[in-house]
Amino acid sequence: MNIVVCVKQVPETAEADVKLASDKKGIVMEGLPLQINEADNYALEQALLLTEEHDGDVTVVTLGPDSSDEVLRMSMAKGAAEAVRLSDPAFDRGDPVATARALAAAVKDLEYDLVLTGCISSDDGNTAVGMALAECLGVPHATYVTQMEMGDGEVTVGRELEGGLVEKLQMKTPCVLGIQTGINEPRYASIMGIAKASKREIAMKSAADLGLDAGSVGEEGSRTRLEELAFPPVGEGAEILEGTPAEASGKLATVLREKGFV
Amino acid sequence: MNEILVLAEHREGELRDVTFEMLGKARSLGKASGAPVTALLLGAGVGDMAETLKAHADEVLKLDNGNLKHYNSAVYQPVLAEVVKTRGPALVMIGHTAFGVDLAPSLAVALELPFAADCIDLECAGQVWKATRQIYEGKVNATVSFADAPTVLVTVRPSAFPVEEGAGEGKVTELSVAVPDEPAMRKFLEYVEAAVGDVDITKSDVIISIGRGVREEENLSMIEELAASLGGVVACSRPVVDAGWLPKDRQVGSSGKTVKPKLYLAIGISGQFQHLSGMKSAETIIAINKDPKAPIFTAADYGIVGDLMKVVPALKDKIAELRA
Repeated sequence: MNIVVCVKQVPETAEADVKLASDKKGIVMEGLPLQINEADNYALEQALLLTEEHDGDVTVVTLGPDSSDEVLRMSMAKGAAEAVRLSDPAFDRGDPVATARALAAAVKDLEYDLVLTGCISSDDGNTAVGMALAECLGVPHATYVTQMEMGDGEVTVGRELEGGLVEKLQMKTPCVLGIQTGINEPRYASIMGIAKASKREIAMKSAADLGLDAGSVGEEGSRTRLEELAFPPVGEGAEILEGTPAEASGKLATVLREKGFV
Repeated sequence: MNEILVLAEHREGELRDVTFEMLGKARSLGKASGAPVTALLLGAGVGDMAETLKAHADEVLKLDNGNLKHYNSAVYQPVLAEVVKTRGPALVMIGHTAFGVDLAPSLAVALELPFAADCIDLECAGQVWKATRQIYEGKVNATVSFADAPTVLVTVRPSAFPVEEGAGEGKVTELSVAVPDEPAMRKFLEYVEAAVGDVDITKSDVIISIGRGVREEENLSMIEELAASLGGVVACSRPVVDAGWLPKDRQVGSSGKTVKPKLYLAIGISGQFQHLSGMKSAETIIAINKDPKAPIFTAADYGIVGDLMKVVPALKDKIAELRA
């Protein structure tokens, strides 16, 4: 069983003081550590677990700048057999549909039973590329997947709905599944694995290599356009209790007492 | 301007709040642009829902068919595509829910529609749509414009707009669109309820909730002590469950529990909308977080910007002092 996993490198912003770039079209990336998108890491782990159990190879595919080779190498260090990077300025700043179109051109010629993607990225947060990719490939899809059980030419999938309800589906392979965080415990790469992966080839694909018209992908091929970034309006927001940890928590303890919690 | 088409979302016989939120927003957009509002209701045995929706839309398009009993993108998508092709709505709104995220992106590809996901605001200026959506997990807002096209597709974040009362008298139209049988490529099997654990966090007046900022599993004991000193229970946001530190039944948020305690103390939780939707109705919300721009502070009544490893022990001491 062969599995393609789409991964993306993202800046770590969860606890960072995010700043907007001067053109208001992006954020200042300097100083932000880069890492594999969290949900993609679970998708990769799921693929590794499945191919270990059912035999087969994992191919990781990304669309991104030179720095994203790091994510591909780390994936190979963990056990992925092949890596492909869509590398062409023509792919830049695509909306989810344009990005899916580019990925589809790279994935369609690979042999696969499953395509796994993270269900959401922590940067753009569209929750869309994987499902758009499925449509481009002409295969069925499901997202927010938290359970998988492989059968013969089919897979039973559990999708997480609101309120913790799980929707069980039976799907034919090949299909595209958007993997939700928490489905497994992602492994760490071994030192040996990292050393070996550093020497491995990454297949680079330009738009021309994939037979794509440069105008059909990236910003030019997108039917939505990013106009401007801004910080969300703060609104009334919280009353911030100032001071050292001791001072601030003293104030908080007083608030808790006034409200009858202490 | 052509109609605004809202896909009514329902599950197990109930219309979901996002449906009314979208219809309310659609009506205000309709007022500004002159576009009528249409609710599209796909399902089986949905006559009562159609009656409810009449008050919220100029027209309710109803398609009652056994194959539409459970949401399945493989059945819904071709039906929706047909409706969009025949009606040519100016805007199609679908909830950014577990159903919507499974349906809208592939529909956008199939119909080549300009598509923006997880929108928190929409406007129509001179027949041109603009959407606001959030990136970097709620830290930054992005304004998005659409290519010139007869139909634009968006998914709309739940709770982005209020649930509006409906006072209209729309007409109900029975749709005649062929509904395919559920294909073998994707078959609905069943819904499985979440397992019930030892602690029901929805019953507690005081909830001490932790997130990614707690960093290490061993820091949990410090939080449990704080919770005990306030007579509360420990809950969490998604990353804590993903890491296996707390069971799923302790998770607050859209894919977990919705809680309304008297006190919700959020520690090391950034406050993505999925989490906020599960706790924003708490009476008093207090947040402790390193990042002053964390979205949790917009929902909180009181906040401390600081390192939880220092603030939590200090708070425990102060509470003990007050009790002494």
